[in-house]
Amino acid sequence: MITENFETVIIETDLLILGGGMAACGAAFEAAHWAQQHNKKVTVVDKASMERSGAVAMGLSAINLYLGLKNGKNTIEDYIDYVKNDLMGITRDDLVANIARHVDSSVHLFEKWGLPIWKDEEGNYVNEGRWQIMIHGESYKNIVSEAAKNALKELGENGEYYERIFITEPIMDGDRCVGAAGFSVRENKFYIFKANAVLDVMGGAVHIFRPRSVGEGLGRSWYPPFNSGASTYFTLKAGAEMTCQEVRFVPIRFKDSYGPVGAWFLLFKAKATNAKGEDYMKTRASELENWAPYGTEKPTPTNLRNYLMFKELEEGNGPIYMRTDEAIKELMADITDEKEAKRKMKELESEAWEDFLDMTVSQALNWASHNISPEESPSEISACEPYFISSHSGASGAWVSGPKDLSPSDDYHWGYDNMTTIKGLFAAGDASGASSHKFSSGSFTEGRIAAKAALAFIVDNPDSVSFDEEKIKKLKEKILQPLTTFEEHKDYANDEDVNPNFIKPKMFMFRLQKIMDEYAGGASVNFKTSKALLEKGLEFLELMKEDSEKLAAKDTNELMRCWENVHRMWQAESHIRTMLFREETRWPGYYFRTDHPKMKEEWKAFANCKWNPETGEWEMIKRDIKELT
Amino acid sequence: MPSFVISEKCDGCKAQDKTACQYICPNDLMVLDKEKNKAYNRAVDMCWECYSCVKICPTQAIEIRGYADFMPLGAVVQPLRSTDSIMWSVKFRNKKIKRFKFPIRTTPEGSIDPKSDMETGTDDLKSPLLRTEPESLGTDLYEK
Repeated sequence: MITENFETVIIETDLLILGGGMAACGAAFEAAHWAQQHNKKVTVVDKASMERSGAVAMGLSAINLYLGLKNGKNTIEDYIDYVKNDLMGITRDDLVANIARHVDSSVHLFEKWGLPIWKDEEGNYVNEGRWQIMIHGESYKNIVSEAAKNALKELGENGEYYERIFITEPIMDGDRCVGAAGFSVRENKFYIFKANAVLDVMGGAVHIFRPRSVGEGLGRSWYPPFNSGASTYFTLKAGAEMTCQEVRFVPIRFKDSYGPVGAWFLLFKAKATNAKGEDYMKTRASELENWAPYGTEKPTPTNLRNYLMFKELEEGNGPIYMRTDEAIKELMADITDEKEAKRKMKELESEAWEDFLDMTVSQALNWASHNISPEESPSEISACEPYFISSHSGASGAWVSGPKDLSPSDDYHWGYDNMTTIKGLFAAGDASGASSHKFSSGSFTEGRIAAKAALAFIVDNPDSVSFDEEKIKKLKEKILQPLTTFEEHKDYANDEDVNPNFIKPKMFMFRLQKIMDEYAGGASVNFKTSKALLEKGLEFLELMKEDSEKLAAKDTNELMRCWENVHRMWQAESHIRTMLFREETRWPGYYFRTDHPKMKEEWKAFANCKWNPETGEWEMIKRDIKELT
Repeated sequence: MPSFVISEKCDGCKAQDKTACQYICPNDLMVLDKEKNKAYNRAVDMCWECYSCVKICPTQAIEIRGYADFMPLGAVVQPLRSTDSIMWSVKFRNKKIKRFKFPIRTTPEGSIDPKSDMETGTDDLKSPLLRTEPESLGTDLYEK
């Protein structure tokens, strides 16, 4: 028996932080302080190595959320309006405001900890755009994780972190979340974490839709391929209400390597044009009126900028180019002194390359392999496949409680900041929904907010939680089942991957990606879908769900891949169901419902969903938008 | 653009319990072939080419070869990361070479004091003030 070969390790703690990215590091930093005051224990569990885990693993070239409140640069209300307009009116103002009012504090700490932030001659941060500041961010994650680890050290025995443990299942005691189950990806160890409160900060979801590149380039998703939907799976399986599961994110980036475009658009003021050199944001401006009031506001919402580009491509006006050459020419135009021109050009060149080298090295390699110098020739841009990331311009995640002093009504606030609708289960970063545009700094900040609130919950609810031993045993069998399945059937065929008794995780992932791409509005169908297509996709997903019982793994690494893909499948199902529920098109540049091609006033509302662990049924819930501004 | 290991340069991180690349890879791709005592990337099509393994390798045995399904051959982008800066050499397909150096941190590795001498303005778990606030905000906390 496989299960007997796996030692069961039981860890007891007060606050269990699941994840190791920016939100988890923020949570660990914050929790350490309050846990020390109240003599509580904090445990962080990461599937990778915290030094380079999560979406900031590679580094970043900018911090995309900094308000500059102390200098009166912006107001909280300005920021709410910006986020709300970008998401076509679908935003929890209270959550956005809560992150925005604290985020500068986190950025100031990053600088103290050693993150080099660009400064102008007066010593002020250099803005990329209104909300973005430039950094030398190659070691952003190393620095932030070091602070998190040192904070845990302040707790002595009461602060610990585990790496290379993959978490997959919530453990419930009635209506309360009391822990999590998982396994080591390196050793034969099964882990049970018992906790008084659990914070889900396991990132967004990638590889649910078929990527543009399917050879070696499969891994070159814009968001990291190791963000595989663990957050959504965890909260869904606990029975928590989810929000905005239809609000995917489709980023437009430099083609194929998906290098960042922010610095080019905002800092260098470059334009994107069609092949004829036409600026489609100008030539197609009238289309934006169809999406008023959001479409006619500035800045134009992300999804509508996508949409205008899609229209160009549909009419055969591609390739689409970022006019880097023209932007550089423009920036150099007023410099007449030859020496100064040389200096300026060198500076611009360094800034342009650093933008890629800090956060998407692949794009630098792409330029070098195509002999592209940005000052000489333009570069192609293109839309990536869809992702689930509520920290950027997507919004999918758990429906969480807002702060008491900012939330407009009781249905937005139920006791503890960032607690889901399940007692003791908290979410932040990409795990919490309807609070878009938090990015790295906001995710870190939201982790802090959630961790403090979770400690308040722990102090208010000191009763020890109960564990059903029989349930734990069954959970162990279930989680290790892919290993058992492989062991049972592997000798039947002489190819370990082709066997009628099981399916390996890689093909399982390809099957999911094909369904989602073709039926749920992926890149190959130009992001279009309809009720008939979605229902067909759901039908195929039901068959996949049955086959997920037959996933097989030859080792613990493949066991992780099996569960990652089960997580993706659940993210996919909640996505399809919510797109079906919302009978309109609201974000035409993210997905387009051909059977409901217009935005409808009746759908200026949240489309939420919930899976019932008792009955296995889905419930769709429409919730009102309550605004602060 | 998956990572690959240059056999001659890799020493399997000698007697360590795991190699540096195994320690760091965010997608758990790097493994040690115990017979050959060489590390390798077990799933190149799941590689994000984040360069974490390239940067951490003590013998500079890891490089990246651009994803063959869309990158022409011949270019190399290679970093040399120290404690406070990173040097990049970018070699083009046409042999042109560019070099860049960027700062990466302003404090010594391991030295971070999380609270950085900033006081927390409350002991109240229910107050919206977070650790180090309001000092770290540089202004009062926004309230409605």
